Amino acid sequence: MKIAIVKYNAGNIYSVDYALKRLGAEPVITADADVLQRADKVIFPGVGEAHTTMAHLREHGLDVVIRNLRQPVLGICLGMQLMCRFSEEGSVDCLNIFDTDVKRFIPQGDDYKVPHMGWNTLDNVKEGGIFDSRQESRYVYFVHSYYVPLNAYTSAATDHILPFSAALQKDNFHATQFHPEKSGPVGEAILSNFLRL
Amino acid sequence: MLAKRIIPCLDVKDGMTVKGVNFVNFRDAGDAVELGARYSREGADELVYLDITASHEGRKTFTQLVKNVAARLSIPFTVGGGINEMRDVDRLLSAGADKVSVNSAALRNPALIEEIAANFGSQVCVVAIDANYEDGRWMCYLNGGRIPSGRDLFRWAAEAQERGAGEILFTSMTHDGVKDGYALEALSELSGLRIPVIASGGAGRKEHFRDAFLHGKADAALAASVFHFGEIGIGELKAFLAGEGINVRQQQVI
Repeated sequence: MKIAIVKYNAGNIYSVDYALKRLGAEPVITADADVLQRADKVIFPGVGEAHTTMAHLREHGLDVVIRNLRQPVLGICLGMQLMCRFSEEGSVDCLNIFDTDVKRFIPQGDDYKVPHMGWNTLDNVKEGGIFDSRQESRYVYFVHSYYVPLNAYTSAATDHILPFSAALQKDNFHATQFHPEKSGPVGEAILSNFLRL
Repeated sequence: MLAKRIIPCLDVKDGMTVKGVNFVNFRDAGDAVELGARYSREGADELVYLDITASHEGRKTFTQLVKNVAARLSIPFTVGGGINEMRDVDRLLSAGADKVSVNSAALRNPALIEEIAANFGSQVCVVAIDANYEDGRWMCYLNGGRIPSGRDLFRWAAEAQERGAGEILFTSMTHDGVKDGYALEALSELSGLRIPVIASGGAGRKEHFRDAFLHGKADAALAASVFHFGEIGIGELKAFLAGEGINVRQQQVI
């Protein structure tokens, strides 16, 4: 099975690579459209800033490539946000795979800091796709300052300041706001589920 | 609901942990990767690896250690110690660290915080502050607590936040090593920041962690010796905290 990780100007690519290797996979990290299109699975990771990252994707034609992928795709963190319609981070139009916007958290005192950083629960998990019965109410690791509101594509929710999307799914596109590659055994189970799709 | 985090801190010299470990049946006492993996299995939420080597060779060894930790562990980890410029930050993040912690270098050159945030995002930038309570004020120190900076803890923490820090790691020099609890009043005052605060210095009993969260309003609590010497197990600590009504991630069996 060929697994491709989209290479672009963002961090976090190595930890996804390491996590997949721990599961016995041998991913390739690439920005080559042909390699991405021919892969069995594509992972679109990311830690970074939405505006500069979208500009980079467009410049390299990766926006069109990602939008037109037909195999299972997993967006992680910024990857998930860039798969939405529009992000308030740098007010930028994104890939519009998920017809929903990305909004900025407003800090709310001692209990609700921004960034939303640390372990939070997966609520109302929709089984199938990357989730199974084991993930409901389990903790996974989040680090982000922008969020995707609950919407028709929400496949798991979490709660910090307000309930929002921990994961999204539409057709072959799966996405997590949290980092499965940094979420211990729970995250490993989710990545394994994705590899089995 | 976001869980309060428990963070063991490992001091590393020439690739090995320096503080003694007396776990029963633990054969790899000095192995920093194995010790991190053990803490991860026990339920640590994050780890901090602090490089206390001074030499160039030691730095190279530490970078290799960071790669080994990233390959092995599936929880986030921060690295600190000897980070003076962007080149160091780039080297450690490229090796697989999730966050870097800057201390003296940020006090000497506060623009380093902005540079890290602009290049890699605020979430990777932990500003570590060593402060001592003296003459009614909390004062920040450089070089592992050896050189006074003349800066006030609360003003410096607020400035670090404005410059783009993603977290503040506050170590009370007054409380560190005394094992009589964290600096609760100072922590409580720091909790007015928008960004998360990690409490450090003073943990001796499980109750101290509870107090850091309930009275200090900390988002995370860091400790070293109580974990390394096996005085407090992370699993039992989390069970205790959960019993005290604190939201923690308890070890999960898949």
